[in-house]
Amino acid sequence: MKKFVLTLVLALALVLSACGAPATEAPVATEAPAEVPAATEAPAATEPPAAPAEPFRVAVVMPSAINDLAFSQSMYDALVRIQEEMGGPEAFEFVYSEGMFVVDDAAAAIRDYATQGYDLVIAHGSQYGSSLQEIAPDFPETSFAWGTTADTFGQPNIFAYEAASQEGGYVNGVLAATLSQSAVIGVVGPIETGDAKLYVDGFGAGVAATNPDVTVNVNYIGSFSDVALASEAATTHISAGADVLTGTAQMVVGAIGKAEENNALWFGTQSNQSSLAPSIVVASQVYHWEVTLREIIALINEGTLGGTSFKANLANGGEVIEFNPDYALSDEAKALAETTIQGIIDGTIKITLP
Amino acid sequence: MISDLFSVTVLIGILASGIRLATPYLYAAIGETFSQKSGVLNLGVEGQMLLGAFAAFYVALSTGSLWLGMLTAMIVGALMGLAMAYVTVNLHAQQGISGIGFYLFGLGMSDLLFQKLMGNVETVKGFPKIYIPGLSDIPGIGEIFFSQNILVYGAYLLVPLAWFVLNKTTLGLKIRSVGENPDAADSLGVSVARIRYFTIILGGVLSGIAGASLSIALLNVFQQNMTSGLGFIAVALVYFGGWRPVGVLGGALLFSLINSLQLWIQVLGIPIPSDIAVMMPYVLTILVLVATVSRVRSPSALSKPFEREN
Repeated sequence: MKKFVLTLVLALALVLSACGAPATEAPVATEAPAEVPAATEAPAATEPPAAPAEPFRVAVVMPSAINDLAFSQSMYDALVRIQEEMGGPEAFEFVYSEGMFVVDDAAAAIRDYATQGYDLVIAHGSQYGSSLQEIAPDFPETSFAWGTTADTFGQPNIFAYEAASQEGGYVNGVLAATLSQSAVIGVVGPIETGDAKLYVDGFGAGVAATNPDVTVNVNYIGSFSDVALASEAATTHISAGADVLTGTAQMVVGAIGKAEENNALWFGTQSNQSSLAPSIVVASQVYHWEVTLREIIALINEGTLGGTSFKANLANGGEVIEFNPDYALSDEAKALAETTIQGIIDGTIKITLP
Repeated sequence: MISDLFSVTVLIGILASGIRLATPYLYAAIGETFSQKSGVLNLGVEGQMLLGAFAAFYVALSTGSLWLGMLTAMIVGALMGLAMAYVTVNLHAQQGISGIGFYLFGLGMSDLLFQKLMGNVETVKGFPKIYIPGLSDIPGIGEIFFSQNILVYGAYLLVPLAWFVLNKTTLGLKIRSVGENPDAADSLGVSVARIRYFTIILGGVLSGIAGASLSIALLNVFQQNMTSGLGFIAVALVYFGGWRPVGVLGGALLFSLINSLQLWIQVLGIPIPSDIAVMMPYVLTILVLVATVSRVRSPSALSKPFEREN
């Protein structure tokens, strides 16, 4: 019994703490696959586009909570914006299952949604890929989308989407190098892969291009959910002399708290993180998935159910650098950021990743 | 680069981080030690911590009183403990399974309340650092040991206190006898049920404080599943520590120090892949566990429901 319990405890501890989703996502537990009806308070748009008789129905499965200030929230916010654009729930209806960090549960939810005849089922998490590959062929009439990835598995009813996170990372890096007085910058990452790695590498490239004398210390904590360790990683960076910090994935809320306590600046990514610490967040790279979703919805309405992959970037507006209005960023720095964004868009700035 | 590890700043950083990281483990694992000593395995620690963390955070945020938040976390932990005690002592439920049930309840409930009552991640101003006069001025030592917040000090004071109660008081003797031989204890007039109720509720209270130490003292935020397995590591630390408070302290410190060491290894750019670095605390803990666990005997009645024979 003792051995059994011990094994069980250790296994659970490992699974829960080091939950290593091989991608961009942040596993957070919630209850069972709950289907929550879409928000209904969306104000009616002034000029609704030719509203179809039936609403366009979308279901999304995501690994963490819709208010994680990171990956899942970026998708939820995009769906809310699309709903507003299209004229409210009569024209665009969406449901979601959040906190689906267990891939098997997510797969069951994806299948359920497909069975219920949604027009588009989004698997928001690259760990859901192999499940989707099995499910999609069973529902040839349903369109699926998944990300972040470029791989549609060559199936006619799967769209793929990803974000060029290195672009916003680069802009954040340029600003960070300009604002750092100690010439040390700390980065708190989850697991060295996917979107997180792109962001961190892009950030490093931006710093190096602006001021090669600035040191960037990177710390991957091996978890998307360990807030305590993320917080201690931030403290470590600050002890090592960092006065500007950044980080990606949802456990960084712990790091932002430490940055605020120590008056270090923070650069966000995935969602706008200004609300958490208005005095120290300078800017956030925000994913605007609605850019991708609009294209996908248009294709579906034309009868194309998949086969294309999309990339959100600064040029197409899928990524936006949102400045924190409460942080007094100098006009020079802001101009530098704008020039950098423009440079990336028109291709004069090439981001070389290690 | 390796030599950078031995600079004063880094060593102080590692030790101070380790001391802080160990705090929630200490509360939760000492609480678990009490319940296991009396023969009850409580795997619901993580759930109790999550509810405690949320309760403390929410009350502190809405009333502005950290101590009221603390008190609420303790009450919530006690109620969870009470429910666990009823299920395991009165209903004789299988302890491991019901513990997992309480974990899932705490996980889901804390998330539900968070969604309904707050909806967004927010921050509070947590317990401030207390600089112990005189001692905090000692170079190095002062920063490591005497410049922490009150819940950190409390966690370390709890260790000798728990040792004293378990080993030097009648109550401790009763707890141990109920965990070793409940039949004998019962025949000598010790109420097995009452002792187990006491230890499980105490464990719940301490788990609640462990959660509060995260949400209103160390991190000052609440997020869904923010404990991310910490409560289960705390249970493992009880085995690790051989059911002795001082052993638990050793295990918690070892695990936390290795964790803060790996943070520094990455920050200093020492060329060890991050995946290997983050494994270190787990690997080392398992190795020490394998080396030591066979030498200590668990409480004989651990995880066995007690039924009085007629």
